[in-house]
Amino acid sequence: MLIVLPLIGTLLCFLLPRQVKALGLMTALAIAASAVALLWQLLQQGAMRYSVGGWGAPLGIDLYADGLSLLMLLITATVGLAISIYANAAFKLDKLVHFWPLWLLLWTALNALFLSADLFNLYVSLELLGLSAVALVALAGGSAALGAAMRYLLVSLLGSMLYLLGLALLYHSFASVDIAILAQRMESTPAVWAAMALMTVGLLLKTALFPLHFWLPPAHANAPAAVSALLSALVVKGSFYILLRLWLEVFPLSHAAPGQLLGLLGAAAILWGGVQALRQTRLKMLIAYSTVSQLGYLFIAFPLATTMAWKGAMYLLLSHALAKSAMFLAAGNLLLFGGHDRITQLDRVAQRLPLTLAAFALAGVSIIGLPISGGFIGKWLLLTAAMQSGEWGWAVVMILGSLLAAAYIFKVIGYAFTQAEVTHEACEVSKTMGATAFVLALAAIVLGLIAPWLLALMDIAEPFAMSSAALNAGAAA
Amino acid sequence: MSEYFELPLLILASSMIPGLIIFMLPEEAVRTRIALNMSGALIKVMLVGFVIWGVSNGQQYETRLPFLPGLDLVLKADALSILFITLSTVLWLVTTVYAIGYLENSPHRSRFFGFFSLCVTATVGIALAGNLITFVLFYELLTLTTYPLIVHRGTEEARQAGRTYLIHTMFGGALLLLGTVWLYSLTGTLEFTQRGFVSGLLPDHDNSLIIIFVLLIAGLGVKAALVPLHSWLPRAMVAPAPVSALLHAVAVVKAGAFGIVRVIYDVYGIEVASTLGVTLPLAIVAAITVIYGSVRALFQDDLKRRLAFSTISQVSYITLGIAVAGPIATIGGLVHLVHQGMMKITLFFCAGNLAETLGIHKVSEMDGVGRRMPLTMAAFTLGAFGMMGAPPLAGFVSKWYLGLGALDAGQDWVIFILAGSSLLNAMYFLPILHRAWFREPMHEWPATHYLWRRETAWALLLPPLFTAFLSLLLGLLASLPYSPLEWARFITSLQYAL
Amino acid sequence: MNNAYLYALTGIVLFTLGLYALIIYSHLLRKILAINIMASGVFLQLVALSTRARPLLDAVPHAMVITGIVVAVSATALALALMLRLRDASGSAELIEESTE
Repeated sequence: MLIVLPLIGTLLCFLLPRQVKALGLMTALAIAASAVALLWQLLQQGAMRYSVGGWGAPLGIDLYADGLSLLMLLITATVGLAISIYANAAFKLDKLVHFWPLWLLLWTALNALFLSADLFNLYVSLELLGLSAVALVALAGGSAALGAAMRYLLVSLLGSMLYLLGLALLYHSFASVDIAILAQRMESTPAVWAAMALMTVGLLLKTALFPLHFWLPPAHANAPAAVSALLSALVVKGSFYILLRLWLEVFPLSHAAPGQLLGLLGAAAILWGGVQALRQTRLKMLIAYSTVSQLGYLFIAFPLATTMAWKGAMYLLLSHALAKSAMFLAAGNLLLFGGHDRITQLDRVAQRLPLTLAAFALAGVSIIGLPISGGFIGKWLLLTAAMQSGEWGWAVVMILGSLLAAAYIFKVIGYAFTQAEVTHEACEVSKTMGATAFVLALAAIVLGLIAPWLLALMDIAEPFAMSSAALNAGAAA
Repeated sequence: MSEYFELPLLILASSMIPGLIIFMLPEEAVRTRIALNMSGALIKVMLVGFVIWGVSNGQQYETRLPFLPGLDLVLKADALSILFITLSTVLWLVTTVYAIGYLENSPHRSRFFGFFSLCVTATVGIALAGNLITFVLFYELLTLTTYPLIVHRGTEEARQAGRTYLIHTMFGGALLLLGTVWLYSLTGTLEFTQRGFVSGLLPDHDNSLIIIFVLLIAGLGVKAALVPLHSWLPRAMVAPAPVSALLHAVAVVKAGAFGIVRVIYDVYGIEVASTLGVTLPLAIVAAITVIYGSVRALFQDDLKRRLAFSTISQVSYITLGIAVAGPIATIGGLVHLVHQGMMKITLFFCAGNLAETLGIHKVSEMDGVGRRMPLTMAAFTLGAFGMMGAPPLAGFVSKWYLGLGALDAGQDWVIFILAGSSLLNAMYFLPILHRAWFREPMHEWPATHYLWRRETAWALLLPPLFTAFLSLLLGLLASLPYSPLEWARFITSLQYAL
Repeated sequence: MNNAYLYALTGIVLFTLGLYALIIYSHLLRKILAINIMASGVFLQLVALSTRARPLLDAVPHAMVITGIVVAVSATALALALMLRLRDASGSAELIEESTE
């Protein structure tokens, strides 16, 4: 299965540090292949439930896969594979010895997270995710990276604690932590509200929603490029995924006010992240703030809460994963190439690193949400959902966010075209590194062309149905 | 028709595929690049010719690809798109020849020609778009692909110009997108339909429709350089001459104007638009732009900037003709889409020749160039007279119809605008001609290495001569079948059911 | 007020104390300890509250707590190691506000 495979890989890499390159890559390929196999299975049979050890729901550990988790697994496999290849080219062997076990552990955690069917299992995988991510950030060494890692660790632990406390309250009320069982027994009591608040705040902290985003930019900007890409593309999405599951399935009560609040925070994140990104002088900081801004979009779906809005948010999530990882990898190349990442001195990379710049530009297109790209589809769905509910305020915020994104991305591209004097001796950037970034960016664009197919995948087992049904019931009443 | 399903796609591909291949070519592969460019352009001309023949025989060409649930990507060749597509295809061929000559030996040609081809793809996509979402898609694509061309030279000035351009167009694109989404949430369709698809909403959603109209027109007006959204255009003149010629005189501004035509005809329908009372304000804005552009052009010493302001003024003729909302004025506006393109590209080619061969950038340096480069200046003169609207040149035909149409629609004031603008045109073009032909040169011209008649390289000389000749023909033979004027009549008859 | 609630209440108090300490103190060791105290509070909470859900002894929360403790131990180990590295690198075991260049 998807969880065991990377775990075995982790152990092997840990035990056999000399063959780490080949072992890691083989594991990555195997995981990607099994994700595709799962896709095949789901297309044939619909949603799947699997009991580990045959114990069954209340006691044992259940795994569950539907359209939502499938897409997350697939995107993880895609981005993961690309980053694996990139890392093999970018890191020296002494770094790789540490990188591979940690990264495969992180992959284990992600896969476990997307497949878990109960809240406690989610907690364990979330914690595993956090810890391995922190260790990866610390991989860069140096006081800035270590400080950022420490801060990240504390925030991550605090978030998990809040989540666990909420979980305790839920267990107290309903004597189960299985998502499906909870969904059946759910009722509106003060304890449930408290649990919901605690868990949501904890997860928001990990997802870095404004104003809980303060830890993200330093952590993402100071990590090595491959790790930044992982963090921005996948790790924050893990906690968002849990949040989505909770709101869609566990608490599908009428939650208008909290939803509005999340939406407002999301809107604030879009604008604040955008403005901050525009103000940055260092490329990686800019990209990190752009992540803050883009995460805000995902939360716009909460106040709208229609199927279309959820799908839009999911689509944005997927394309952001691809585009942002491409962007960080491209930034890593530029950093290596010029020895620095000050935006105003990106002289002549347009001529000297065309592939990397093309990757950055294409990823930028998706981030801004220009056609043809996955970002455009996501934004289009969200915008239409907002307009259909008559809430044009959200639409305006989204458009403004896009304009901000355009401003900060073209700021970078504009400088890349200038003919200023070359300040640094160029370092060699291997072809593989440029190519992986480019392929990821291209995938983000391609996402804009296969929308009907992907949206159909999301419908496997209708993960969004309950929320919409609750909404309809609320509208009828 | 299903048997011609792929044809619009092929038209797109004929410039996109060479563009993408050119990106991968090394800088030195000059021959391969030229071959690719030229064959792409020629194939496109042939395909378009085929489509013209088909459409005039009542054939339908439509490509439909699933894009989003309930929304397809539609490429459709109808009478209106033919007009624009023919213009851009023919001029692409001409400009490619020109650009090959112009950019000889300059750096980064692969990048330049790659984006150049993609731009044309986007323009053709705009022309062929069969619904608003497809239109928006290619419209944004055009923004993206023109940006690298504006900053191509890589100077600080170019970067600034690129920034101004982006700020304008991104903002316009955002407004356009907002309007589109809003419209979609009201109607549930975005398909271009003859005489509009919004009339069902009329009594209840008047205000929404008006706001959407303003959003859409403002979004398109940026590219069409309507005052006060025009200021990117003169700045964008830092780009190399072929870019200014094809894109800023033709593709980009025309894409905006073409979009306005589409919105008024095929989204709202002329009757609905008149009922909503939005056409008159648009006509006024267009009229202001016509006069403002001409007045500003009067004071420019930089030749390309003068031409740019002249473009701002001339493109608004199209908008004006549509917004006057009478059938004859519409003919004038539509035909001006083609005529203005021919004349303006001639002027820009000539300006590029002067700059490239003699290093002349300013009007005040042009004394006596007519003797040094008689053919170029002859072409320039033809273009300039056309702009002023002197018969029998192409510009006269469109102005004639505009004026007649305005009278016909009872909007007499437009006549004064037209007359004033022609006068201003004369005021800023005649001094140039006077200097070029009748004054003594200020100093010796730099020695030339071109053998052929001492003029300039053939690749630079032939395109302006060709387009100047065409604009003469268009005026002389305006009433022949298949001429732009006849097409415009045909389109108008569909819209107004004459 | 029965015993279970007393424990639960203690759990909450511990959690809050830990949270307070986490925010207030700047030394990393104290922060790490604070997190540990928070964790103890949560575990206490879990065990205490589970008695109400099922009158008989319920094994599930105990299993959860054991898992939780394992996780907490490893997290603490990582945090301590990181703190030491940070002290070596920057000379102090405190988090300094980053000055963004």
